Amino acid sequence: MSYPANYQYTKEHEWVLVEGASGTIGITDHAQHELGDIVFVDLPKVGAKVTKGQTFGSVESVKAVSDIYSPVSGEVTEINEILSKTPEKLNEDPHGAAWLVKVKLTDGGEAKELMSAADYEKYVGTE
Amino acid sequence: MTPAAALKRTPLFDVHTGCKAKMVDFGGWNMPVQYSSILEEHAAVRTAVGLFDVSHMGEIEVRGPEAGKLIDYVSTNHAAKLKLGQAHYSALLYEHGGFVDDILVHKVADDEFFLCVNASNQEKDFEHICAANHFDAEVDFASERYAQLAIQGPKALATLQKLTQTDLAAIKYYWFTDGSVSGTPARIARTGYTGEDGFEIYVSPGDAPRLWREILAAGEKAGIKQCGLGARNTLRLEAKMALYGHELTASINPLEADLGWIVKMDKGNFVGRAALEKPPARRLVGFEMQERGIGRDGYEVWIEGQPAGWVTSGGPSPTLNKNIGLCYLPIDKAVPGVAIQIMIRNAPVAAITVPTPFYKRAKA
Repeated sequence: MSYPANYQYTKEHEWVLVEGASGTIGITDHAQHELGDIVFVDLPKVGAKVTKGQTFGSVESVKAVSDIYSPVSGEVTEINEILSKTPEKLNEDPHGAAWLVKVKLTDGGEAKELMSAADYEKYVGTE
Repeated sequence: MTPAAALKRTPLFDVHTGCKAKMVDFGGWNMPVQYSSILEEHAAVRTAVGLFDVSHMGEIEVRGPEAGKLIDYVSTNHAAKLKLGQAHYSALLYEHGGFVDDILVHKVADDEFFLCVNASNQEKDFEHICAANHFDAEVDFASERYAQLAIQGPKALATLQKLTQTDLAAIKYYWFTDGSVSGTPARIARTGYTGEDGFEIYVSPGDAPRLWREILAAGEKAGIKQCGLGARNTLRLEAKMALYGHELTASINPLEADLGWIVKMDKGNFVGRAALEKPPARRLVGFEMQERGIGRDGYEVWIEGQPAGWVTSGGPSPTLNKNIGLCYLPIDKAVPGVAIQIMIRNAPVAAITVPTPFYKRAKA
């Protein structure tokens, strides 16, 4: 699976798509592959504050639980409801339909510090 | 963590990496955790047949006129009661009653026993047995002479039968026979760690890759899948089979682990017996999550606002579609129907203790 060029990436394997003052956050294909069958996704509530580099939820696979670190700071405006009923979507479409949360960005500049798709691909290739 | 290159490999390592299995460090061994998906592999074993490489497991052979006496002195179950070709589950204990390991004992002859032990405990077990050997018996570290494959599931018998002249249906549960599989000598035991019917076969390491391919071919129509340690863990948890390092440790004794049935106090003295005279203060009990969340290994268990115990294993049960686990609780709470809270990342999540095993296969 290729990594969308318009997303920014973290070393902890999250992505963010910045559109104006809004950010959509998800985990990468590499992350879902490493986790294996995802059975449970724990997300914050709408209105919760998230801070760049800090954990805001978790993804559990059959064998392990993994924290999700926010790539940006902001306030949660929407959570992806399909993941509560069908967490396995995260294995199928991590860069698309299985996004995790949308946030109103506190600082639009933060995402620029993250990795580009090309850099992230290099990063997971050497990890 | 040990660098991957320094990890031990089974004779099937190249087969696993060749089909892109996800490999992990399991107690110093570079082992496949999954080939396709843990859920798919789990389902294959419950409904059809799965093939596992368990060659990391250790083998110890005990021979001599007093081999049985040594086994009975160093383990908890009653080896003298075994018949030729019969196996049982047993434990090696320290004097203080804690587990050195949990083991399978096979009686090969009146003067020969074959032990299957946990991979990461094998050297420790060997030394422990040697230290207790004040008998006319010889203890032989045999792990390098055996690869072990597990064929498990309702179609395991039909699959393996295609490759052997041995009448597999005649081997009862927890019995074994020495025969051959696809032309190579094999010890064929009707044992397993999945809660399903099936076989574990012990063969020469050099034959393992060929047998692996032939078993996969023999099971193709039945829907056989290669299965990794991930599915092995979800399967054994549903069947409430203990895992060393989780349910069983050096500070847990078999009565606490709800394994009183493998302790034969009336057989005479054995290592650890004195420590088992007094009743246990805590015991292993199963639980089901009632709220969203999964209680995992090491999480605290609270009852009525107080810490009461800890989770030893936990995860989703693919067969039951519930989140299940095992935990240690004070003896009066270690019964079904007790409301407990699992502390998941500092938040209490409701669960309830339940009868075990979580899953039991229907009698054929």
